[in-house]
Amino acid sequence: MIYEKYMRILYVDLSTGKIRIEKREDLMPYLGGVGIAAKLLEETMHADLDALDPSQPIVFAIGAGTWMFPVLTKTVAMFRSPLTNELGESYAGGRLAMTLFMAGYDAVVLTGKSTKPVYLQVSSNDVQLKDARAMWGLQSEATGQAIRDRQTGGGKRSIIRIGPAGENKVAFASVCVDSYRHFGRLGLGAVMGSKNLKAMTVIGDRSIHIKDTQKYFKVYQQIFKKCTSTDMMAKYHDAGTPINIASLNAAGALPTLNLQTATFEQGDQISGEAFAKKNLVRKLACTGCPVGCIHIGMFRREFDKGHEYEAISVSYDYELIFALGSFLGIQSSDEIIALIDEVEEAGMDAMSCGVCLGWATEAFSNGLITEEQTLVKLTFGDANSYLQAIRYLAHGKNKFYRDLGCGSQHASLIYGGSEYAMQIAGNEMPGYHSGYGALVGAAVGARHSHLCNGGYSIDQSMKEFDETAMVDKILNEEVERCMTNSLIMCLFARKVYDRQTILDSLNSVGWDLTDQDLTDISKRIYRTKLRIKNAYGFRQKAVKLPKRFFETPSMHGMLDEKTAQRMIKDYVAKTEALVLEPDPVLTKSEKPAEAAAAGK
Amino acid sequence: MAKVLRAAEMNKCIGCFTCMNICSIVNRQNHSLTKSAIKVRTSGGMTGHFVAIVCIACQDPACMEACPSGALTKRPGGGVLLQTDKCIGCHKCEKACIMQSVFFDDETQKPIICRHCGSCARFCPHQCLVMEEAEEI
Repeated sequence: MIYEKYMRILYVDLSTGKIRIEKREDLMPYLGGVGIAAKLLEETMHADLDALDPSQPIVFAIGAGTWMFPVLTKTVAMFRSPLTNELGESYAGGRLAMTLFMAGYDAVVLTGKSTKPVYLQVSSNDVQLKDARAMWGLQSEATGQAIRDRQTGGGKRSIIRIGPAGENKVAFASVCVDSYRHFGRLGLGAVMGSKNLKAMTVIGDRSIHIKDTQKYFKVYQQIFKKCTSTDMMAKYHDAGTPINIASLNAAGALPTLNLQTATFEQGDQISGEAFAKKNLVRKLACTGCPVGCIHIGMFRREFDKGHEYEAISVSYDYELIFALGSFLGIQSSDEIIALIDEVEEAGMDAMSCGVCLGWATEAFSNGLITEEQTLVKLTFGDANSYLQAIRYLAHGKNKFYRDLGCGSQHASLIYGGSEYAMQIAGNEMPGYHSGYGALVGAAVGARHSHLCNGGYSIDQSMKEFDETAMVDKILNEEVERCMTNSLIMCLFARKVYDRQTILDSLNSVGWDLTDQDLTDISKRIYRTKLRIKNAYGFRQKAVKLPKRFFETPSMHGMLDEKTAQRMIKDYVAKTEALVLEPDPVLTKSEKPAEAAAAGK
Repeated sequence: MAKVLRAAEMNKCIGCFTCMNICSIVNRQNHSLTKSAIKVRTSGGMTGHFVAIVCIACQDPACMEACPSGALTKRPGGGVLLQTDKCIGCHKCEKACIMQSVFFDDETQKPIICRHCGSCARFCPHQCLVMEEAEEI
């Protein structure tokens, strides 16, 4: 809680509708964001129960600098992932973090299962479960609209919701946040669906007096200037992340046709420039970000003869264009927008969805699955077949689609083709076949996302490949991001928020932190995550990487499986050493009471 | 001539809410959006367009006319200035503003009225808000 020496946690039991508030001094050494979320997950999770068991928790948390400083816009969600069956961790922008901050909750812990579909309404002086039976089955945008129309608080309100895929417990169902942002990865949507929780709205209307306006505003202005008057973040507003389609394609790092290749011949037609020229109609920002990286693309769809048109608009980014574009051989920006729209309305993670369909297309052409199962002729480049398949997938149309809805790893174990089911430890691959950094980074990353440690970025910046140095960089970044994800900083601002800037900002709003504290915090959080993964039964050694990674040349040429495995082993050894390092603040047992007594 | 704030080019707005944050910080020393004298809203959710609700600097202010205690006085260039010690918190100014740009602070029981200081415009990253010379009428 800002300006206080405790974290204020809201617990909601969806089974009984009972709530409770706890003031947690012992969580202060975890700073905020992913730190407190990991700790709360560890306390409330059930390692012996299924990811979708009603007793499993969902934890939302905001960061130590949320809203107060530019671009600290994210909320973290932690849960047991139904996709990987281990650590679920996902970030979303939009307005959620700002509204939670102003409602006065550092974290919200949801457990239990409502007997009927409900949505949760949270504000500073009220928490209610409201009837959502009529909304069950509604697509994402219609759900948002229905809640917007009945609820007050416009402007200082956030609405997060699931679509049909979440209700049907597709393992990579997403949660839509304020129309254009998402808890995309690892299946939070399915966990909400399993609790009969269709949506959550947060209204933030509390007054929060600034303790030292002069000190605070000075730091704010310095950061604001860096965000708006330097080129540190300019590219994210300009053409946005899709600008990388052209460069990564030229470098041979753009996964294409289920990673049969890493170069897309028609790449020019789906580049950031192509989208900007043809489809871009608007740019938006998450609340508190002066940059505005959200790119809205529109296309005109003819829905009937007689000049019957409608305008379809979605937010688009690099990862979506890769997963629903090059990976499926889709050659036009209009078709990609149509696919994004379909995935969006169904409420699924675009990356997992695209990569699953890539595997299915290849398995179909290899005869491992038949049209009786797929119901459409899945063909690379054929957007119409994919539009249909996305609907089948979201609704669990038949056994095949229900299996595919458990992820590409699961489906390939049943139908074959696991050597080209492009997942890493159960999570579908991100859009970078850039080298060992991307591959090893995702394999060892706590949630197997490209954003755990930015391995793809290390591939691009490391001039000469050095195995040991790369492992060190991956580990350093993985650990450091535990701290920045406690602020919670948008990763696009990572150049703006160097260590000194982080210290200046937090210390201007009541923290008293040193550089060493930040290091200790980052390691403390990472150790917590490793403990959770271990309890869930994750074993790094058991991770098998699909052969295709080693058969398709990457940006840095052909990758060698033995080298990748050696790097993973090296990484594991280094984390084992890190786990044994003594924590200067917490006692060995890390019991909340003792930790609090140790003080901070 | 005194300048006044104009939400001149809201088509450029990205909805970052920096203007509201800055107004609350500079004028109310508060982190909350509820303290801001400018409100950016979407009409029709995030898929709609942004509008700014803020004092349009009337030359003949209805809010001032409605004030029973003389707390609002004419501001050079347009709009009004609030003397909080004279304000009795009656909400009449709020009701009189047909642009709905007089807000009310439930905490202090006083209206929130834009004083056209221009801080929001200075921080607007896309120059949607500008300070203009007030036109003589």
